[in-house]
Amino acid sequence: MEQTALYTIIVHSENFSGILNQVAAVFTRLQVNIESLNVSASSLPNVHKFTICCRTTEKNIEKILKQTVKKLDVISAACYTDKEIFSSEIAMYKISTNVFDDSESLSRLLREYNTHVVEVTPEYIVVELTGSGEDITELREKLQELGCIRQFVRSGRIAVTASNAEKVSELMEKREQIGNKRQL
Amino acid sequence: MNEKQMISGSEILIRSLIREGTDMIFGYPGGAIMPVYDALMNHTDSIDHVLVRHEQGATHAAQGYARASGKVGVCLVTGGPGATNTITGIADAMLDSTPIVVIAGQITTDLIGTDAFQEVDFTCVTQPISKWSYQISCPEEISRVVARAFFVAKSGRPGPVVLSVTKNAQVGMAEYIHEKVSFIRSYDDDPEIDMDAIEAAADAINHAQRPFVLAGQGIELGNAQEEFRTFVEKADLPFGCTLLGLSVLPSSHRLNKGMLGMHGNLCNNVKTNECDVLVAVGMRFDDRVTGNVDTYARQARIIHLDIDASEINKNVHADIPVLGDCRKTLKLITERLLPANHGKWISSFAQYDREEYEKVVSKELHPKEGPLNMGEVVDAVSRACGAGAVLVTDVGQNQMMAARYFRFSEKRSIITSGGMGTMGFGVPAGIGAAFGRPDRKVCVFTGDGGLQMTIQEFGTIMERRVPVKIILLNNNYLGNVRQWQELFFHKRYSFTRLDNPDFQILSSAYGIPSKRVIDRKDLMPAVEEMMAEDGPFFLEACVAEEGNVMPMIPPGGTVDNMLMEC
Repeated sequence: MEQTALYTIIVHSENFSGILNQVAAVFTRLQVNIESLNVSASSLPNVHKFTICCRTTEKNIEKILKQTVKKLDVISAACYTDKEIFSSEIAMYKISTNVFDDSESLSRLLREYNTHVVEVTPEYIVVELTGSGEDITELREKLQELGCIRQFVRSGRIAVTASNAEKVSELMEKREQIGNKRQL
Repeated sequence: MNEKQMISGSEILIRSLIREGTDMIFGYPGGAIMPVYDALMNHTDSIDHVLVRHEQGATHAAQGYARASGKVGVCLVTGGPGATNTITGIADAMLDSTPIVVIAGQITTDLIGTDAFQEVDFTCVTQPISKWSYQISCPEEISRVVARAFFVAKSGRPGPVVLSVTKNAQVGMAEYIHEKVSFIRSYDDDPEIDMDAIEAAADAINHAQRPFVLAGQGIELGNAQEEFRTFVEKADLPFGCTLLGLSVLPSSHRLNKGMLGMHGNLCNNVKTNECDVLVAVGMRFDDRVTGNVDTYARQARIIHLDIDASEINKNVHADIPVLGDCRKTLKLITERLLPANHGKWISSFAQYDREEYEKVVSKELHPKEGPLNMGEVVDAVSRACGAGAVLVTDVGQNQMMAARYFRFSEKRSIITSGGMGTMGFGVPAGIGAAFGRPDRKVCVFTGDGGLQMTIQEFGTIMERRVPVKIILLNNNYLGNVRQWQELFFHKRYSFTRLDNPDFQILSSAYGIPSKRVIDRKDLMPAVEEMMAEDGPFFLEACVAEEGNVMPMIPPGGTVDNMLMEC
């Protein structure tokens, strides 16, 4: 069996309907599970940005990138190691208040992980944690040990590259020049 | 102030098609496309509509038309089942890089999502099997989307584009605005050429002692046949062709060593594993070419020229990838090539040709007795055709025999379902090819299995007197599967025997002149009779029931270890 690793893929596309489906289909075809997926507007006008995490082989990742960018309305697709990006996740934990009342260790834990309180009611409190995926998982496991989690949600990874500007900006400038030449 | 001239979306659609150079449509009307069909009646002087008998036939005819003529093939069908019937053809065009535009009707926008009559999410269904699939929901976008569709279908690596047009877009009124699309920012149809790769490729070829070239359909699609000729001739490079690349240069060219792959010529497959530099041009190392990739050309430096970045390193690692339009990259490499003479290396191919001739070809083409062989029928037709004929095939043994023994003299002369292997492709593709190149003779080879998958297109041939010559190699079996059952499943012929109808009566029901040949002595006169006929002709050759296509690389086998006999 080939070795797998966790990859962060950043895809830029036009903001048209149906592109998510096409990007996801590339993963489905290769039977690669998407661990997390975030899609939102990018810093460039009318360009959407996908941040996709998946665990797969090196051989598959090349296919995924090439077949994704081959989709007509996808502008670029690139894969990054953790050293090449700054990444973060956000998670929310809904915690039973009665456990909170009985346990000092719980409040210590929430302070230790630097969580923010979002809401407090007589039945539960909601705290939010922004950080690495590992921290978010760790806190969830510790809260589970205390038996106090009512609900949990996490956003999936978002990332910016360590390079100065988004590589896609250069690419788009170049494409624009080619487009201008053709229209002359 | 000029008032805007408002016309229906259907009228805009037809005008947009004419603007894109469409003069032929293969189609089948139905409820969800009726307004477009109504508008089409106003333009019969500009567009010839061929009424097929099944929508799958429309797609294959459009493929045949596109591949013979070099233009974009166009299909027009209704929604729901009319649309889903085109799926096989769309997938086929995707795998074989054929530029077609399929226009399907769709229910009105307001009803979408209600499971209305004949509602299918056709855009979603076709996205994974097309180059681009889009739903048009208002008349204002039709002109631009059609312009984009044609640009996408024919540029870069060509492929199928699907447009679903909602009923409200067809009947709604809008102004026709002349649109042209020659650039899409997210789509690189002409990748920038890396000059370092060009230098490296030329250098590797200049230093090669035993170079071998693989010629693919990309050369035909890129109209690079002459650039390819200069390339191989300047550096004296022997080449083998993929199934779809068989007519890039004439079969008789001294450097053309025939077909690659599973049923290709022995010398090509042996030399693939002996060469020191392997240059692949516009081909994608399909498993039918490579056999087991782990033992494929491991000794060679591999140079891969392709316009599609996703093909580089997909199946076989390229030591020197050369991304770009092969018409340009071949020219740039050729400019840097030193004239060479690889006479000794090239002459070393001959012993394998001799071996193949003795063990396979002579028996297939020149049997002394027994029933007709598939190969000798192909050979007879090929000789009678003379130069310039277009070969269209169905899929299976008929396809492999035709590919092996038909002789090509002009470019764009083979139309066959390579990647998808679609049985039923032959007859409708032949119809399309005949419309695409009325100046050339079109010969369709088919089998008794594949013929019956789209036999209703005999109705199209009858109605339009399409001058296709259909040659049925009838062995009363699904021959290729039977061959595999014989070789790999201990002769257990599980459901491959066919109890066939009388094809002569069938042909006569459609008013197509026909002949059945059983005896060898009757073959040539029947072929000559077929060739003398101006219109369509159906020739049924009753061939050996258990004939096999040899030589053969067993599935998953090594390229240079071909079975020569069963």
